Amino acid sequence: MKGRPGSLIAGRSVMGRLVMSRLGAAGFSLVFVIVTIFVITSALPGDVADTLLGQGATPEATARLRVALHLDQPAWLRFWHWAGGMLTGDPGRSLLTGHPVSELVLPRLHNSLLLAGATAAVSVPLALAAGLACAMFRGGWFDRIVTFLTLATVSVPVFLIATLAVFVFAVQLKIVPSLSDIGSIHSVWQFIRVFLMPVLTLTSVTVAQMVRMIRACMIDVLSAPYIEMAVLKGLSPQRIVLLNALPNAIGPVVNAIALSLSSLLGGVVVVETVFSYPGMAGLMVESVAARDIPVVQCCALVFCVAYLALTTAADIVGIASASRKRDA
Amino acid sequence: MRDLFALRRKIPPGTRRILTLLSAWLLLALLGPMLAPHPPGEIISGEVFGPVSAHAWLGTDYLGRDLCSRLLWGIRYTVAICMMSTALSCCARVFLGIATTVTPVWVERVLGRLMDGLLSIPSLLFALLVVATAGESAPALILTMAIIYMPGSYRTSRALALRIVRMDYITAARARGETRSFIILREILPNMTDPLLSDIGLRFIYAVLLLSNLSFLGLGVQPPMVDLGSLVRENILGMAYGAPAVVVPTLVIALLTVGINLTLDRGRV
Repeated sequence: MKGRPGSLIAGRSVMGRLVMSRLGAAGFSLVFVIVTIFVITSALPGDVADTLLGQGATPEATARLRVALHLDQPAWLRFWHWAGGMLTGDPGRSLLTGHPVSELVLPRLHNSLLLAGATAAVSVPLALAAGLACAMFRGGWFDRIVTFLTLATVSVPVFLIATLAVFVFAVQLKIVPSLSDIGSIHSVWQFIRVFLMPVLTLTSVTVAQMVRMIRACMIDVLSAPYIEMAVLKGLSPQRIVLLNALPNAIGPVVNAIALSLSSLLGGVVVVETVFSYPGMAGLMVESVAARDIPVVQCCALVFCVAYLALTTAADIVGIASASRKRDA
Repeated sequence: MRDLFALRRKIPPGTRRILTLLSAWLLLALLGPMLAPHPPGEIISGEVFGPVSAHAWLGTDYLGRDLCSRLLWGIRYTVAICMMSTALSCCARVFLGIATTVTPVWVERVLGRLMDGLLSIPSLLFALLVVATAGESAPALILTMAIIYMPGSYRTSRALALRIVRMDYITAARARGETRSFIILREILPNMTDPLLSDIGLRFIYAVLLLSNLSFLGLGVQPPMVDLGSLVRENILGMAYGAPAVVVPTLVIALLTVGINLTLDRGRV
């Protein structure tokens, strides 16, 4: 939405400028992220050639590998080749297998997106319902239980929830396999069985975060003067939350949802590893352990871009809703 | 001594609670390993994933080592690494916060931009990147986590200081003709400690979660050192038997993080 000066009302063009400046900041962050990924993985002490060949390597072998990996070139030249390759869709070859990185990453990316999509589809409606219910019955037993549960969930590591899920569903109840095997999906039931545990774990983490943020947003909106007016008119709290507060809270709530989804990433890394789910985060962890730097760089960049896109979208929704309120 | 009591009375109860809790964990980290009944690496029993007994107070782990001793060492490493990185990032931001008040404006702008950029890299990802290149040594982990949590705390403390500087009592102090150091030390800092401390508590929890996750993935603290996350990782097979070796470390992590978070939450309400 570009601000066309003169042709639109003042609020819109202010919003256009804010959105443009937010996009500019996102562009800057993208450049920063690309440079940082390169600097961390290339400029830190620890030579890839030494690490790959181990301690018994002869100096000649190390030197040959350094030339083969272009490590003898100056850093700025390597950055130029690397960043250029990344942006044109050629992220190089894996140090371990020699396959092009894109061949390794793309199928994994597809799996990860599937997992993230399933999680979002389950957790967003759930979090909305729970968050609104908390705001409606604020201070009641439901609110107190949910608040405690969400606080506990966001403050324990994801692997704790994942291992708990394995213990309950796979070890005790034996209704699902403890490892994901995507290749064996032939029916809806199998699909549910394979995805149940990773999605359940990720959902509980995401829902906890979303409920906390949605509840805070709603309580913020509920402190506005027009809500006080509605209370004085004698409307029920449920009616006030749904009909008066919610329409005005949509912006902040969508913002909260996008932010929580972006924080899904830390959970994805652990969940994919625990359940051996063949996604991109799992690939990244394997590559980090094997010091396969080109794969690590590519995965990191894809994750950062996704994260940046979500946080930027969240901010733009926030800006749009703020300006709509001002116009009204 | 009397000054100390006067100071104690001045500290608000929320701050006192969180300080007490953090000191208790620190004390456990310092003294715990001395109380360990066995050396952490010694195999004391032929039974793996053994139950709680008089010989092994919390059962044995996947190699038949004493879990209680290993847990005490694990608490030391988790608490020490996370507290050091939190303290480091806190010092860095105090230094930066003071430094930017005297440097030209563009320095502060550039710094703010860099911090924003750093915020746009998810923390676990940043840690994985560093581990991929620099390896899993303890100093590298501490430094990495200090850098990861610097931008967030830098922003919080800056916003806090800016809000306090605009308060009437600062204007009043200026009008009284107080010196700049008096205003900073006696007017601004005391009003910042409370929110700052709860921010530090929160960063400490984030650090514990990040380190545990890393160690659980096998990319954090490495053997023979042991932390709470790696304890869970190495004993994960005991899950099938519900062995204390995997249940107890997870409970301790939850106790550490949920405890601090609940204390902070109570202070906020």
